[in-house]
Amino acid sequence: MSEEQDIKKIMHVMRRAPHGSIYTYEGLEMILIMAAYEQDLSVAFIGDGIYALKKDQDTAGIGIKGFSKTFMALDGYDVEKLYVDRQSLEERGLTEDDLVVDVEVMDASEIGRLMNEQDVVIHH
Amino acid sequence: MLHTINKSPFENNTFTTCVRFLQPGDPVLFIEDGVYAVQAGNRFGALIQSVLKKNNPVYALKPDLDARGISAIAEGVKTVDYAGFVDLVEEHQVSSWL
Amino acid sequence: MNIGILLKEGPYNHQAADTAFKFAEAAIAKGHKVDAIFLYNDGVINATRLGDPPQDDRNIAARWTELSLKHGVEVLACIAASKRRGINDEVMIEGGEITGLGTLTDIAIRNDRLLTFGD
Repeated sequence: MSEEQDIKKIMHVMRRAPHGSIYTYEGLEMILIMAAYEQDLSVAFIGDGIYALKKDQDTAGIGIKGFSKTFMALDGYDVEKLYVDRQSLEERGLTEDDLVVDVEVMDASEIGRLMNEQDVVIHH
Repeated sequence: MLHTINKSPFENNTFTTCVRFLQPGDPVLFIEDGVYAVQAGNRFGALIQSVLKKNNPVYALKPDLDARGISAIAEGVKTVDYAGFVDLVEEHQVSSWL
Repeated sequence: MNIGILLKEGPYNHQAADTAFKFAEAAIAKGHKVDAIFLYNDGVINATRLGDPPQDDRNIAARWTELSLKHGVEVLACIAASKRRGINDEVMIEGGEITGLGTLTDIAIRNDRLLTFGD
């Protein structure tokens, strides 16, 4: 088997708001480890998952470690495919400028098409 | 890609969200509390029919329907047992919408 | 087909652990290989042997031990998630093991499918 065939397309789907539950934070930890394995990783932000990327989060008052800035580190791990669902963004009254990282804002049909190409999809 | 949904559509928008991302031909399987979506006569009947019309097969896990006392299900929805679930997974990669 | 399972929710509180087990059982019965069950988030609580459910309820921990010993399914709890929740080798069920997220990545790579169960 060639090396190329060993590379799997793995999409992580962030669908929950941060802080209210641990799913997004532990999902991010999973992504950071997987990034070291040189797979074809992508992260899609759908629904409340988008809130994880919101600028100006200050968690000092709730006593939980913030992690929005960790998303900025993904680039350094070669995780560059960050997709945001346009409708989810608009419904929440947000724009790309409200987010801590550069993302590709896409229609659901386009993200769905990419999802369909994956070997593994993990919703967090 | 097989899409599984495990949330009641009355409490959670997982089903309506998933539908926006479905590609033609992708099957949808309702499991756990997700099976409440396919009960005949509920307000999600029209959405189920629109999914079926786009050539997306819709399944519900029979043991989960039975456990919840659901016997009348929306027209066109097929039921599978766990073995049928395995067969669907053999045919498709999986996206579990938690 | 070779299958990996990612279980993201603890036992009893949610049906996820039951569905994951029923699915694994059915897959094995059909001749597929269930390679591993990786426990993540509160899913790591599946790995404690300290649970003591009433006699007339299912024993979820015993199910994982059965899958491991009888069918060679690796039952693996993520170390980072386990440490947060007080799961360690001392309380580990028979047939279970603590491991890292790198192992999950290997499971994702080496199997035909990775299925997620959770809330």
